[in-house]
Amino acid sequence: MNKLFPDQANLRELIAEAIKAFQADYWEIHLEKTTATSIQYRGRELDSIRQTSSSGGNVRALVKGGWGFVSFNQMDNLKDKIALAIKQAQLVGKEISQFVPMPPVEDFFAETPATDASKLPLTAKKNLLEEYNGIILSTPKIETSNIVYHDSSKQTIFANSEGSYIEQRKGGLALRITAVARDGSDVQQAGLSLGSDGDFAEISALHHQVRETAELAVKFLSAPIVKSSEYTVILDPVLAGVFTHEAFGHLSESDFVYQNEPLKEIMRLERRFGNEQLNIVDDATIPHLRGSYKYDDEGVPGQKSYLIKEGRLVGRLHSRETAAKMKEPPTGNARALNYHFPPIVRMTNTYIEPQANSLSQMMSGIKEGIYVKNWYGGTTSMEMFTFSAGEAYFIRHGEIAELLRPLVLTGNVFATLMNIDAIGDDLKMNQGGGCGKGGQSPLPVSNGSPHIRIQHCLIGGK
Amino acid sequence: VEEILSLAKRKGAEDAEVFLAVEEETSVVFEANRLKQIENCQSMIVALRVIKESRIGFSSATSLNDHKLLVERAIEAAQFGPRAVFELPSHIHYPKVRNYHHEVETFPVESMISQASSLISSLREHTPQLLCEAEVSKSVTTIQLLNSRGGEMEYRQTLFSLGVEGILIRDEDMLFVGDSQSSCQLLSEPSKISGSVVTQLERAKRTAVAPIGRLPVIFTPLGLVSAFIAPLSSAFNGKVVLQGASPLGGKVGETVFDQRLSLWDNSLIDDSPGSYPGDGEGIPGQRTPLIENGVVKNFLYDLQTAGLAGTTSTGNGIRSGGLPAPSISSLIFATGDTNLEEMIHNVKEGLLVEQLMGAEQTNILGGEFSGNVLLGYKIENGEIIGRVKNTVVSGNVYTALAELGALGSEARWVGGAIFAPPICCANLTIGSKG
Repeated sequence: MNKLFPDQANLRELIAEAIKAFQADYWEIHLEKTTATSIQYRGRELDSIRQTSSSGGNVRALVKGGWGFVSFNQMDNLKDKIALAIKQAQLVGKEISQFVPMPPVEDFFAETPATDASKLPLTAKKNLLEEYNGIILSTPKIETSNIVYHDSSKQTIFANSEGSYIEQRKGGLALRITAVARDGSDVQQAGLSLGSDGDFAEISALHHQVRETAELAVKFLSAPIVKSSEYTVILDPVLAGVFTHEAFGHLSESDFVYQNEPLKEIMRLERRFGNEQLNIVDDATIPHLRGSYKYDDEGVPGQKSYLIKEGRLVGRLHSRETAAKMKEPPTGNARALNYHFPPIVRMTNTYIEPQANSLSQMMSGIKEGIYVKNWYGGTTSMEMFTFSAGEAYFIRHGEIAELLRPLVLTGNVFATLMNIDAIGDDLKMNQGGGCGKGGQSPLPVSNGSPHIRIQHCLIGGK
Repeated sequence: VEEILSLAKRKGAEDAEVFLAVEEETSVVFEANRLKQIENCQSMIVALRVIKESRIGFSSATSLNDHKLLVERAIEAAQFGPRAVFELPSHIHYPKVRNYHHEVETFPVESMISQASSLISSLREHTPQLLCEAEVSKSVTTIQLLNSRGGEMEYRQTLFSLGVEGILIRDEDMLFVGDSQSSCQLLSEPSKISGSVVTQLERAKRTAVAPIGRLPVIFTPLGLVSAFIAPLSSAFNGKVVLQGASPLGGKVGETVFDQRLSLWDNSLIDDSPGSYPGDGEGIPGQRTPLIENGVVKNFLYDLQTAGLAGTTSTGNGIRSGGLPAPSISSLIFATGDTNLEEMIHNVKEGLLVEQLMGAEQTNILGGEFSGNVLLGYKIENGEIIGRVKNTVVSGNVYTALAELGALGSEARWVGGAIFAPPICCANLTIGSKG
């Protein structure tokens, strides 16, 4: 084992010695090596092309409830780094450590993407992106384009004072394509965002979608801005996934909750959050999704967790510390963006389970409403959230009517989840974008949903 | 570093440039009013840019152990890279700017802990139920830049930051307050931050029903940054202008904004975290007017973008992930003649916005924004009457800033990079559930 860091050939021995030598309630070490390729186009110009490699690690130690964290690029003197993390933890700790113990695990896990992007030549990537760029730029009335492509291959070693030793390898790929149309000082954009576990095939047949995206940007120039008001809205699976992640997912992350008594009361298990049809799941075990893994960054196996079942709160996402403090089982959701950061509670692949309604059933009976698709982004303060649609249409008398400019939807999580009154039958997972929290962004996650209908949703506009 | 340059030359590069940044940061982190974690982060990035057969190649790594791989990757990337339309700078005399303080480097962790705890206790004296997260951090970064034309730059920079966020929950209502400061020198007065947060708590004590319709909206400096900075930084970015995606492209010399509005980028302000003697390509820092009395004056450039645009770099080639690109250093707004009290006094019905959430996640190229009023208050007959919720404010940056209701006379630093006064937009759309 440990072919990853040849200069750390005696890593296992070093860790074994350190376990004997150091006094702490718990400590862990992460080592990481990542290679990545990024290609960016701005208009016809290739803006940048680069190949990067990074390696480093960190040590995190727990003493009497206090944490010390040391991160580094230089792998030498690992023992000193463990000692420093413990010393910092000692300065902080004044209580009794609460941390769910785990049996030691020794494992190696690597998921290989079908067409591994990190093994393809630069020309293959560049040629495909140029095809897409050509489609956008040849669309009449398009002013310019932005294409950002990134693939990476990351290998990690995790070891801790309990005797666990885990090596994992994970690929990643993200592509964002933006078409920009302009009429005088009016600039409109439409975008397409995709991701995968490093499988290049996932992005290699987008020609049709790219053309539609470019045409959409042009259509926005003559589309009206909606009037700011409350509407009945139908969200497509992509935007409903973002909604699930922002409006509810973050609230189920226990590090927000575990030290906050009033919030614990609000987030008590069995509380009703939505109607009987609403089931929300976080699942790290779905093969080949960006948010999946076998072990989290505290060495806990990833799992499938129901957060909401039949409308009631039934679970939440935990690290080993939040689980211990809330006296609930750990869920394997402690994740770090990379070795510069300590693991914090994060989502993996989060989605709403499908029900029996077809889209046309959900549309019928809406006299005036809004159909929103695709996303620009989303954010939350736990109670309040916003998410922005990349595409929007009026619904009139149960039919999709005229195109609107992209818009922002906002709401209060408690009221809005209760206002979901229909859930579709067409679950789709979306792998574009990434999640930001505590300065750690973009973390690979995916989210999904079938079409959903929300009553009384507040929309910004004219 | 010299070895990397000579190896790149031997591998056929006409020109090469190595950028090395070494940083050490120490932070103390408080959660739920208590000290939770101490962090020490040491990081290094070495970035190589080569020009081979007139094309640019780039690679980076986090150690100096493998020169060969670094050079090979950059040379490989250069086969496909963009055509270089600039020359790396040779010997340059750099302006003086103060951005290093030894006392930051030596400031004890224990003192950082006591700063954060006194900040939290002063807030909890005001509101005992407030649950606070706080972070105090200090860092020192050494920058080294060397190129094959004899260009050479080296400096050290310190950074000190102090921030607090408080949450107050009553039933299902969540109130978020907070502020932060950062500087190259020690921040010895946490009371400035606690004062600002106490003002937020005072203003939010009562709740009010938001008005609906097109009404005046005042943005505090924090509010202004949350709503307007992302679209403005994009619009003045030379790259965005060059590709035709900036609404301000081709408008240099035209009056686009309110005549009271002046804005400039300045990388030579002593102790500002965004300051530097030279940018990430070794071009001297400078003050660049962006808006002067409402007139668009300049855009921000790095070397390559300036070359493509047929102009010169403004010294804004800022490295992010190792690669230089045009970016703001520090943005400074000129102040106006109305203080915040008068501004509020002059509004019959409207809002005062401290934070607009999600406003940056819209069509920032076009300047259309729309966000949830995460922290904001209703103004009625010239007085703040309470905090509003479930409220969305929408508009267009260019329309909103074309005719201001008023421009504030007192500006402050927000996040260490932007110096802004409050502004009053005469006419924005407010939507609300009440």
